[in-house]
Amino acid sequence: MIIHHPLLGPRDASEFVYLGAATLLDRPDPQTATPDDWHAYAYLRDNPAGPHRELWFHEGGDRSWLVVTRDTTTHEITDVALARDVALERRK
Amino acid sequence: MHDLTAITALGGAEARVDRHGGVTLAENSDLALSSVAARLGQEETCAENLTRLLGAAPPAPGKALLSDPLSAVWMGPDQWMIGADYQAHETLAQTCKDVLKSSASVTEQSDAWVCFDLSGAGIQMVMELLCNIDHRRMEPGDATRTSIHHLGCFVVCGEPDAFVRILGPRASAGSLHHALLTAMHSAL
Amino acid sequence: MTQINRLQGGQINRDRPLKFMFDGKFYQGFEGDTLASALLANNVRLMGRSFKYHRPRGPLTAGSEEPNAIVELRGGARREPNTRATTAELYDGLVAHSQNRWPSLAFDAMAINDRFSNFLTAGFYYKTFMWPKAFWEKLYEPIIRRAAGLGALSGREDPDVYDKGFRHCDLLIIGAGPAGLMAALTAGRAGADVILADEDFRMGGRLNAETFEISGQSGADWAASAVAELSSLPNVRLMPRTTIIGAFDHGIYGAVERISDHLHMPDADKPRQILWRITTRQTILCAGATERPIAFDNNDRPGVMLASALRTYANRFAATPAKRIAIFTNNDDGHRTARDLQACGVQIAAVVDTRPDAALSTDYQVLRGAQVIDTKGRLGLTFAEVKLADGSERTLECGALGVSGGWNPNVHLTCHQRGRPAWQDDIAAFVPGGILPMGMRVAGAATGALSTHQALVTGKEAARKALGLKGRAPKVADAEDMPVNMTPFWYVKGTTRGWLDQQNDVTVKDVKLSHQEGFRSVEHLKRYTTLGMATDQGKTSNMGGLAIMAELAGKSIPETGTTIFRPPYTPVPIGTFGGRMRGTEFHPTRLTPSHNWAKEQGAVFVEVGNWLRAQWFPRPGETHWRQSVDREVRQTRASVGVCDCTTLGKIDVQGTDAARFLNFVYANGMAKLPVGKTRYGLMLREDGIVMDDGTAARLEEDHFVVTTTTANAGKVYQHMEFVRQCLMPDADVQLISTTEAWAQYAVAGPNSRKLLEKIVDADHDISNDAFPFMACANITVCGGLRARLFRISFSGELAFEIAVPSRYGDSLMRKLMQQGEEFGVTPYGTEALGVMRIEKGHAAGNELNGTTTALNLGLGRMVSTAKDTIGAALSRRPGLNEADALKLVGLKPLDPETKITAGGHLMRADGPVDAAHDQGYVTSAAFSPAMNSMIGLALLKQGDERLGETLRLVSPLTDLTISVEVVSAHFVDPKGERLRA
Repeated sequence: MIIHHPLLGPRDASEFVYLGAATLLDRPDPQTATPDDWHAYAYLRDNPAGPHRELWFHEGGDRSWLVVTRDTTTHEITDVALARDVALERRK
Repeated sequence: MHDLTAITALGGAEARVDRHGGVTLAENSDLALSSVAARLGQEETCAENLTRLLGAAPPAPGKALLSDPLSAVWMGPDQWMIGADYQAHETLAQTCKDVLKSSASVTEQSDAWVCFDLSGAGIQMVMELLCNIDHRRMEPGDATRTSIHHLGCFVVCGEPDAFVRILGPRASAGSLHHALLTAMHSAL
Repeated sequence: MTQINRLQGGQINRDRPLKFMFDGKFYQGFEGDTLASALLANNVRLMGRSFKYHRPRGPLTAGSEEPNAIVELRGGARREPNTRATTAELYDGLVAHSQNRWPSLAFDAMAINDRFSNFLTAGFYYKTFMWPKAFWEKLYEPIIRRAAGLGALSGREDPDVYDKGFRHCDLLIIGAGPAGLMAALTAGRAGADVILADEDFRMGGRLNAETFEISGQSGADWAASAVAELSSLPNVRLMPRTTIIGAFDHGIYGAVERISDHLHMPDADKPRQILWRITTRQTILCAGATERPIAFDNNDRPGVMLASALRTYANRFAATPAKRIAIFTNNDDGHRTARDLQACGVQIAAVVDTRPDAALSTDYQVLRGAQVIDTKGRLGLTFAEVKLADGSERTLECGALGVSGGWNPNVHLTCHQRGRPAWQDDIAAFVPGGILPMGMRVAGAATGALSTHQALVTGKEAARKALGLKGRAPKVADAEDMPVNMTPFWYVKGTTRGWLDQQNDVTVKDVKLSHQEGFRSVEHLKRYTTLGMATDQGKTSNMGGLAIMAELAGKSIPETGTTIFRPPYTPVPIGTFGGRMRGTEFHPTRLTPSHNWAKEQGAVFVEVGNWLRAQWFPRPGETHWRQSVDREVRQTRASVGVCDCTTLGKIDVQGTDAARFLNFVYANGMAKLPVGKTRYGLMLREDGIVMDDGTAARLEEDHFVVTTTTANAGKVYQHMEFVRQCLMPDADVQLISTTEAWAQYAVAGPNSRKLLEKIVDADHDISNDAFPFMACANITVCGGLRARLFRISFSGELAFEIAVPSRYGDSLMRKLMQQGEEFGVTPYGTEALGVMRIEKGHAAGNELNGTTTALNLGLGRMVSTAKDTIGAALSRRPGLNEADALKLVGLKPLDPETKITAGGHLMRADGPVDAAHDQGYVTSAAFSPAMNSMIGLALLKQGDERLGETLRLVSPLTDLTISVEVVSAHFVDPKGERLRA
């Protein structure tokens, strides 16, 4: 696969390490989170056949974490963003 | 003056040089390195300070600044590797700190890396056996981090098909050297 | 050395005769021959025995689709089984052997299988050999394995090397036939960055095998001049002898380039093959088409070949399997073969055409509406039995029979992603359909456009579209544009032993049986009969099987379905996938700066996270590793020892929020760590399980250096970057790995301070008052070299870790040894390190095993409840905090001589010994010189409340049962007085 890095352009997937669903960005607020919230965050994942937002680490490159939107049935990648930007956006 | 003796990354007293098929593979042990990462909210100040330090703007993503006495390679967002001649700039990290002050975090990197300089016509054929970058389209000042023999390396293009600099993790200098030399013998 | 079947002409170099050997006999061929063409020229049709029935076989084709002529090439360690003689390029001194026969190809004892063919039909494995079950492994399988099968490996290490490489281009063109060459010329002339790859050693595809002309030139000459022009273009890279084996995501293709297979052996340092990964924006697949056979009884006899292959042998290789040949066809293309062969001086026995209305010829006899129903000849074809239109039969004397059942476009690479081929009625074949791999276009015969003219036109158009070329397209050269006149005809009615898949010995009867027994879907058919599952992936057989199944099911072929194809297109040696990554080069090796010094000391090394670490340092006279390790431990505890701990991961953490960041990453508090101090740090995963441990040293207010375990360095760095970028994006933190920048040594033992005082420059006071336990500082050593000093201890002794820039590590180690002589200093390795940490009760990798919590390790109180940290919330869940949770304890055998085994399980002294009554398990064990006994660390249910209890330690695997006493995990200096001294 080729992942279009927002800063570095097209890069081979072998330079990246895969983590999992981008829901890992949404860590529960420890002040308000219930045990169910933590359980869901740590263990529960959707397994969509279709677009999936997921985290990739550019280990063999600039060490950026990326949020990649990939269709799990075709491997088509429709969006790539720096995870840091996504995380900052969500805080707003 | 201290009384300890330095060895090169390959473990020799002198830097190693190999030649094959018109290409020279030279271990470069005279490189001082220091990483610079802008502090949050200080990105612009850091860039200004770096411009003062380098005599030019710090390189953009995927680029290197090939200049003397200080050069620079883009490492990541708001992060650069500064290079200089080791003999003259052994305390490069301190030099960087003095200029950048609280605008950046500086880390000495001189001994974290091994540097190999590949020169001569034919290095493109060597490079295509080593890493998945389109070396034929690299221009002077293009720099990228990629995997060579499973090792994360910086590849800096000095002159197309004439000079390329490879920075790899120092502890794996022997494996990296073996990979480069084998590729030279295979390709040329 | 007569080549009695050698014809005039061809694209062979008669000035370069080549000598070669097949089954022990010498022959001569010419440069430009394949092994198959040279053997045919020498009147050798028999080249192998079939997989199951050991039937004599010769080549069916002249290309990589070959199912039959499979041989062993070369000898000794270079022996290469299952190589197609039809693609093996002849070289001087080539040695080949036929396979799957004993004692000889002409007389094969296992041919008896053919007599028992009734027992070996489809599904025979399942039916015949299932019962009794015990017989399967002992009797049936070995017999089948010996009887069936292909060639054998040499069993020796492959002396050749293989490379991997990476190429990039704008346009990859796969196949250099008329369509591929035209596409390459169009794109090359337009200046595009083009790679043209072809599996053959001579580019041109069918143009080299045919007699038609392009613009008045012979096809072969036109191809040669096209190749010459392309070679002169700097933006075009030609890759002959290169098979594109797979189409992968996003324009990535796998390619195997055979660098040295046409040589006696590879040149020095050169690879045999290179596995290329080609990344391209656009691709044009010009893979051509493969002729398909017709099934009739005994259609597998040597001499029965595809009609187009006869043409290839005659026109390109100037070779023919016989001087008198018959043709069996359902289309006009079969007649082309007759004409070409006749022009070469080969006698045409007759053209048997299934079509009642086939055109007659004045040059040869045409038997219209006729069928070949059987063949004769012991080891090769001598007669073909023909049933004429009126029902009468006739015997044709012929040494070869060319069969033409139409053409199948080579759609394989279009299927490698999701493409499902579509049916095209006029050629009765599947053509590329569905979703093609990204950026792929198809041109030429692979699209079903089977004429040369169409190939040129579609090749040009595909290139123009791929590159977005505008303007008027130049006219393509004149070339033949014959329509496809064919009437589908798959098999002769009444046939039973008519072969479909010759490599896996699947007949028409097998397909019928499969249908009869209910295995009717294409996938079931394939698996039940093994049709198409051989190394040729059924290139010449799938369609026949499918057509017969369709007929039996009363459906059309497209209704019945098609199997799609997977990579690789043709077989690839496993060594090619390995490349250079084998033996010691399987992965990179990491060496510490003083590795050479350790080697000089005769150190025994162990691999940890790619590092080579000294395990122990044997001294003269020591014959067992325990002697060395015990000595290193005793000497360190008695005086001073030095251990290379460079391999620990080191991460520089800087920024105004560095303390806040570490406070979040570690379970224990880091925010209030004073400058100049170090603290043990425990890192949890978010699920509450321990991830790693290490130390954090605060060098400045906004500058920490943290360490990780050797094995987890990469993972921890990745985790910390995740936290920084994804969970704390608004924090001012910068991370960088500095593991390899510093050579670091643990100096441990009561004399460690005295030794270091000789190294550390005098202006740095390292006395207990000035530099107490857990202190850290930037210092200078040996007269001014910058260094770092940490007062931390893993051994439980008074200890320091000292770090200098890597280039000085070797020199510092030598200095420490020299300066430590007066104290009897010893270097110690990872074994002694392990012994001392077990004696001290420190958890390490064995205990941080991905299932343990802080509570398990006795570190539960470290997990702060006052702050939010990674893993804290889930570490508090009830399931991890049950009353009988495992706790870290020490173990001592009642008899100090008995060995404790890590991995052994603990049971109550008087209770049952089974999994239901498991009390815990041993994580680490060692002989403790300090205790003069074996000791162990274990995770035991409620262990902290069971000190003094006697348990049984059992290890059913090693048949061990011993009695052990539960003790504190801190065997040595439980109060920690030594390390604070």
